[in-house]
Amino acid sequence: MLTRVLHSSITRRFVTALGTLFGVAVLVFAMLRAIPGDQVTAQFGIESGALTAAQRASLESYYGLDQPLFVQFFSWLGNVLTGNQGFSARSHMSVAELTALSLPVTIELAIITIVFSLLLGVPLGMLSASKPNSARDAFGQVIALAGLSIPAFLLGSSVMAWAASSWGENPNGQAFAQLAENPGLNLRQMILPAAVLAFGIAAPIMRTTRTAVLDVRSKDFIRTARAKGLAPRRIQFRHVLTNALVPITTMTGLQFGYLLGGAIVIEQVFSLPGIGRQVLVGIEQKEYAVVQSTILIIAVCFVLVNLLTDILYRVIDPRVRAL
Amino acid sequence: MSAASSAPPPMPTAPEPAPPGKPRPPDQTESGAPQAPARRRPARDGLRLLLRSRAGVVGLAIVTVVVAVCLASVFGWLAHEPNAQDPLSRLQAPDGEHWFGTDRFGRDVFARVAAGLLNSSLIALVAVAFSAVVGTVAGVAAGFFRGAADAAVSGVTNVLFAFPPLLLALALASVLTRNWFTVAVAIAVVYTPIFIRVTRGPVLSLREIEFVRAARAAGRTAPAIMFRHILPNITSIVIVQITLSLSWAVLTEASLSFLGLGTPPPAPSLGSMIYEARTLVNIAPWTMIAPGLVMIALVVGLNLLGDGVRDALDPQGRGRR
Repeated sequence: MLTRVLHSSITRRFVTALGTLFGVAVLVFAMLRAIPGDQVTAQFGIESGALTAAQRASLESYYGLDQPLFVQFFSWLGNVLTGNQGFSARSHMSVAELTALSLPVTIELAIITIVFSLLLGVPLGMLSASKPNSARDAFGQVIALAGLSIPAFLLGSSVMAWAASSWGENPNGQAFAQLAENPGLNLRQMILPAAVLAFGIAAPIMRTTRTAVLDVRSKDFIRTARAKGLAPRRIQFRHVLTNALVPITTMTGLQFGYLLGGAIVIEQVFSLPGIGRQVLVGIEQKEYAVVQSTILIIAVCFVLVNLLTDILYRVIDPRVRAL
Repeated sequence: MSAASSAPPPMPTAPEPAPPGKPRPPDQTESGAPQAPARRRPARDGLRLLLRSRAGVVGLAIVTVVVAVCLASVFGWLAHEPNAQDPLSRLQAPDGEHWFGTDRFGRDVFARVAAGLLNSSLIALVAVAFSAVVGTVAGVAAGFFRGAADAAVSGVTNVLFAFPPLLLALALASVLTRNWFTVAVAIAVVYTPIFIRVTRGPVLSLREIEFVRAARAAGRTAPAIMFRHILPNITSIVIVQITLSLSWAVLTEASLSFLGLGTPPPAPSLGSMIYEARTLVNIAPWTMIAPGLVMIALVVGLNLLGDGVRDALDPQGRGRR
């Protein structure tokens, strides 16, 4: 039993993910070391030049900068793992508190976006696949190409300006409303950004659906179902779509992961205080502890979402589970 | 596009006799190799196949126009300077003098779009060239040597793939000194693992094929086998990836400059032009429409070209799309 667990592909996948996360921590740590100047200069600005050698040395020992690099790395990693991800002096909040506010916003945006893009991408992909190389296929392909080619920030900026000028509708001009406090305003603030993001995300989902449906339709069991005299609609939904769901699920999970960090631009355009915006504000205000921890948190979420997608994929597809 | 036209696309035809003086791998068609060696006029054949696909033709046409506009901007053939301000003619609608109108400093939007296009294309080209070279070398080495080299390369690839792409580019751009080259480097780091991943797999199977074993048995050195025998067989994969990556790189660069982390001003960039136009869009819509449409055209062109190149170089995928 134990050997089976140890050798199962999910366990192996899990161990790889742990190793990857360690590498992510090293990279994030190294990236912040690449910035010229250290904590002392960051704290005192140009006045750090006036510090005596003894003062500087005592500050360096206070921040642990006199320790070897790997000691600094492991003490930072230990702090991060025990819940101390740093403090934002500007907002007087710890990174953990900031993230507790911003991460739900991004997750809500990502969920609404995925729902929209599935509603757009899957039917469009099925429409395209229903008659390859026809006019309706071309229609689907053109929409997908537009989704891949129109940058989200351009679409977002123009849609927002258009909604404001022609309908007087600009909910994102008001202060952000949390879902629990004012659900009506919150949803109005989420719909446009989610729709804009969904237009881009629907493209890969549409292409995946199209390829998967075409692939499944050429299989023997579909021919059997047709020979049995099943209704075409029943074949389409009960046999083709359920089997095509496997690649669609994988693609959706992948896109969900991207949305956690890739919504930065849209969060900025629509002034949504999500986790991507937390990185941007940190960069603008030169609060590198915030940037460092937030990037690490996003990467951890990304790896976890990908891991979950992988496991889900093995659960829903018995053929992969057998391997 | 010189890379695409000069590299040998493998053809599913009988291999040519080896040119004198240069050793060729033995006949691969019988040994079950995935691709046969290149023919003698690879550039012409590749172009002919590309022109056969409608997407490829449209994409090639758009990219040609873009290159022409960039050249016009480089050599100063345009009527206006991109950074010349003219307060008397600010926010003018498009007319015969200013094709795309003027912005709030009275700068000619067409000249700025052309210069921004040049900037974006240059950054995307440098970034993709860098990631293609580094990624391919790392991917080939990992697949060929396996063992520790493979473990190291795959580990780094996994770590780089653990970040959402835009976030990684953003983080790198924020810690590096800001100029066009470091922006290109930041984008290159994001796209390098893709090249590693698409080359490593095929190399793993190529290294077990008879002509590679024969070369090893004949005492050829590892670099010679990799460059002479393995690299030519994966060029089509790399070329397809290059064209697809170019459109992503253009979008990434535009997103970075939209967020204020791209090329610093006053150098025009399509992303920062769109950012500046956000507040003007109701009184001077052309300041957003012009750079926006031009950027969409470039990305659509690169995407179509990528699809065309893929159809031309990948015989199995032809007609499936």
